Amino acid sequence: MSDAAVSSPALPDGGGAPAAGGAGENIIVSINGQVVKARGDVPFKMLEAVRVGNLGLIGEVIKVSSEVSTVQVYEVTTGLRIGEPVRPTGRPLSIALGPGLLGGFFDGIQRPLAALERATGPFIVRGVDVANLDEERKWPVKMLARQGMRLSGGDAVAEIAETPSIAHRVLVPPGMAGEVVYAAPDGKYSITEPLARLRLDGAGGSGGWQALAGIAGGAEAGDEYLPAGAGAGHAPGAAAGAAGGAEAAAVAGAEAADPAADPAADPTVEITAAHKWPIRRPRPIRERVRIAAPLVTGQRVIDTFFPIGKGGAAAIPGSFGTGKTMAQHQIAKWADADIIVYIGCGERGNEMTEVLEDFPKLIDPRTGRSLMERTILIANTSNMPVAAREASIYTGITIAEYYRDMGYNVAVMADSTSRWAEALREISGRLEEMPAEEGFPAYLSSRLSEFYERAGNVTTLGGATGSISIIGAVSPQGGDFSEPVTQNTKRYIRCFWGLDRQLAYARHYPAVNWITSYSEYLPELAPWFAEHVGPDFLPNRNELMRILLEESKLQDIVKLVGSDILADEQKLTLEVGAVIRLGFLQQAAFHPVDTFVPLEKQNKMMELILFLHDKVQALVKKSVPMSDIKKTGVFEIVVKAKFDVPNGELGMFDGLKARIEASLDALA
Amino acid sequence: MFVEYTGLVNIDGPLIAIKGVRAASFEEVVEIRLGSGERRLGRVLEIEGDIAVIQVFEGTSDISLRNTRVRFTGRPLEITLSPEILGRVFDGLGRPIDGFGDIFPEVRMDINGSPMNPISRRYPRDFIQTGISSIDGLMTLIRGQKLPIFSGSGLAHNELAVQLVRQAKITGESKAGFAIVFAAMGVKNDVADYFKKSFEDSGVIDHVAMFINLASDPPVERIVTPRSALTAAEYLAFTLNMDILVILTDITAYCEALREISSSKGEIPSRKGFPGYMYSDLASLYERAGLIAGSTGTITQIPILTLPNDDITHPIPDLTGYITEGQIVLDRDLTQKGIYPPVSVLPSLSRLMKDGIGKGFTRDDHGSCSTQLFSSYARVQDVRALASVIGEDELSEIDRLYMKFGKAFEDEFITQGMDENRPVEMTLDMGWKLLGILPPGELDRVDEETLKQHYPGYAGAAGSADAAAGAAVGI
Repeated sequence: MSDAAVSSPALPDGGGAPAAGGAGENIIVSINGQVVKARGDVPFKMLEAVRVGNLGLIGEVIKVSSEVSTVQVYEVTTGLRIGEPVRPTGRPLSIALGPGLLGGFFDGIQRPLAALERATGPFIVRGVDVANLDEERKWPVKMLARQGMRLSGGDAVAEIAETPSIAHRVLVPPGMAGEVVYAAPDGKYSITEPLARLRLDGAGGSGGWQALAGIAGGAEAGDEYLPAGAGAGHAPGAAAGAAGGAEAAAVAGAEAADPAADPAADPTVEITAAHKWPIRRPRPIRERVRIAAPLVTGQRVIDTFFPIGKGGAAAIPGSFGTGKTMAQHQIAKWADADIIVYIGCGERGNEMTEVLEDFPKLIDPRTGRSLMERTILIANTSNMPVAAREASIYTGITIAEYYRDMGYNVAVMADSTSRWAEALREISGRLEEMPAEEGFPAYLSSRLSEFYERAGNVTTLGGATGSISIIGAVSPQGGDFSEPVTQNTKRYIRCFWGLDRQLAYARHYPAVNWITSYSEYLPELAPWFAEHVGPDFLPNRNELMRILLEESKLQDIVKLVGSDILADEQKLTLEVGAVIRLGFLQQAAFHPVDTFVPLEKQNKMMELILFLHDKVQALVKKSVPMSDIKKTGVFEIVVKAKFDVPNGELGMFDGLKARIEASLDALA
Repeated sequence: MFVEYTGLVNIDGPLIAIKGVRAASFEEVVEIRLGSGERRLGRVLEIEGDIAVIQVFEGTSDISLRNTRVRFTGRPLEITLSPEILGRVFDGLGRPIDGFGDIFPEVRMDINGSPMNPISRRYPRDFIQTGISSIDGLMTLIRGQKLPIFSGSGLAHNELAVQLVRQAKITGESKAGFAIVFAAMGVKNDVADYFKKSFEDSGVIDHVAMFINLASDPPVERIVTPRSALTAAEYLAFTLNMDILVILTDITAYCEALREISSSKGEIPSRKGFPGYMYSDLASLYERAGLIAGSTGTITQIPILTLPNDDITHPIPDLTGYITEGQIVLDRDLTQKGIYPPVSVLPSLSRLMKDGIGKGFTRDDHGSCSTQLFSSYARVQDVRALASVIGEDELSEIDRLYMKFGKAFEDEFITQGMDENRPVEMTLDMGWKLLGILPPGELDRVDEETLKQHYPGYAGAAGSADAAAGAAVGI
């Protein structure tokens, strides 16, 4: 029953694992859903990853006491028995970072779904052990490090063409510094093969790394400090410690074949193309930099009205059917980020399938390559285990940080953070914690802040500039924005795209309400817009916004008394407001021209609307009745310009202006 | 090898606790033998040390702390399945209750199922023609979709579900046949009977497997009823490659049973007393719809919810809407006006519609027609609100056209007979005819080309504004 081989047959056997610990093992004493309690004399650490039960289910310690420790299990616990073992792994819950992530599709704890499918078919079964990254594949490596160079955390060792458009930089893990004593020649290497060897500075030179990666105790370092060596490379090896139930001794035994693994004997470390990192710990940076450029999404209501900066955080709240997921998909498709991490957190399985079927067919306009090549999907759908849903957010953001550290602009879509908050609530409930608002735990707010604060525009340890933008969907209960998740999220984001049920009912998509939404990034981005789009861009935007606000006030009056009694000047505002709503704010996601609109066209469209506004205003001042002006069809011309003018032929706007002018001059 | 335990220490609502248990496993099935010799089934809900908390499916009445023996079977709850289940009636635990004897099992399956790997799903794209204009035209049902009916007490959800079953026609062919799995959770006897009779009348009863938990049956059994039904559906669809339509009614009763058990366990409630895990729990039902790689079978789900107090923001419809792929909302006002089916089109939605309509599926103008109908009908609501304030006579010409359009839309497009089966082409033609009431300048969701083909008496772009004016004057 406590045979280590049962859980991980592939392990290098640490030598009679069950007995190796000597001190016995921790056993399950209580099971409640995905929360399991264990008692025994092997000490657990807070947030340590553990293997639960005879099947070796993946779990994490979330509460430690001298008597009983509490573990959340990332897999279904049906069939788990009292008395089965819970084994420590000695490290926090970590994921493997290395080439092979791009284009990948993982569950909430980074198990590749394709590998799970190969292992167990179309349904996910418990207790399956698969490598997080492909360890067989040989990558073409171009070395940057040379023997004798001094490198420290964040410096590039080598470059791998992970996809034709993304160069994957192999970096020295954070917290490590030393001299290159060996650099492999250019060639093809798997993620487990050493690319370089560093002689670490000073005694116990890997201490910095260990502290950062949350690995304590020198003896374990052989396994842990260069996690690629013993981490991704030996993903099952990491489990060896667990299966053995014996920490250092068993692991050291398993690694004994590699004398270099003992830092006391030789203070050098191997650098491989992959390493492990704990998901709950932000990866270090040199410093944060002010946000200066927008994340261009090609969606007019976002880019023009409520832009998000590269490195910013935004929330899309909306009740069901308002198009949160649609908006997330659109941004994931068209945003000008280098890498997209899409986290399907507790949402529908078919939505992830849709991304998986659509993205490979779509072409990234900037690179001419398939969109899937820059995308990483994390899916923990609503019916997959709830604890892994909680972890999926951290898995996604850790991957994003890894690519940011290479100097890329990464955009993270989290759909939906409410499901993540509910996972917190569910686990908290099973722990019988005192609830705060609506049953959510009191730490909801601090967890949300920890997540959103991992966004930012930064200078990396290696000196490059990279950014993470987070766009989190929020699914408020009953569509009520006053509920705790929306309210707490609002405190940590600076860009709020509130989706409106009434707009969605009228099939006005994207259903972003222009009255309740806001972006605090506007002032910071103003210089960029003036320089890159045109000095008139923001003034145009503000003028459109003024008309919309005016229209909204007039609509309140119209609802009470009808539009007939309004003055023509006011009718003009109503008409132009409608043109802005239909011709600018509404955007057809499935229309080949309208699905993505570059900033230049957005500006031209605004110009056209304002041109129309001014021309008509002049006529109204001359007492030409609005009804006559409407008959000319000029409003329809402007509304349909979004479809009629292809993105590449902005010159056509002059032709439209001429047509409008001609039609209106006839009335003057 | 099975040990029987006697150490019952507590009975509370549907739950019993037993002490001195060694090596019980989570969610395993137990057999409970009462002093009278009666046997019941239960399931382990929670284990704390040597105490196991068990929910008893048949209820705890007559159970006493003494003389009750509990046997742990070591297995999760399973049902026996074979192609013979079609045409049969079962209780919530999958035991035959129609008097025709046991099923000769071909397989035994765990009713909890396993989550579908998202990578193994196939995206649903095949249009199902229901013959109901409001659904086909505006919220198209797709094979493999989960599309609930949000209804209320006294509305025609059962009639609509029956009409869907009777008329549903899949474009393209079904290789291994079509079958229905019907799960009743806490519904009245009359409702279960109504469905049974309708299945008989329409001659599909031999293709229906019914899982019945009536309002008078124990609530704990209600928790497993949909799981038994969905396990049967998965077997029929993914082992036998059939196209399965699952009707689950009533999800509201299911959720209330969930709340009852949660409260017995002393769990911390979230909104309206429902447990914090209700979203995950509902997802574990709804997500069992779909298509998977390696099988040509499909599971389409139509859950029925009666909204408490007609409130769409109540936790049950709210959480459901976040999981399902759209919703068909029924409306009391339309019912009062005598409109059947009383589909409230604006809040209704089919998320999978966009990929299953248009050229090659239905007709290439389907998308424009439906968006324009939605948009124009949304405007009708504003105009009606205005008319109720200032009176219909004071409306502008164009607003009066909207009033006319709204009435015609409800009376002709939404309204149809319970036996009326309209092909989708007819539905779309009807849609265009109704849009013809409005001047073409108002149809801002349709491009010129589509307008040219379908707008009644199309007069060309140049003339459209004049036509608008003309039409307006003509009223």
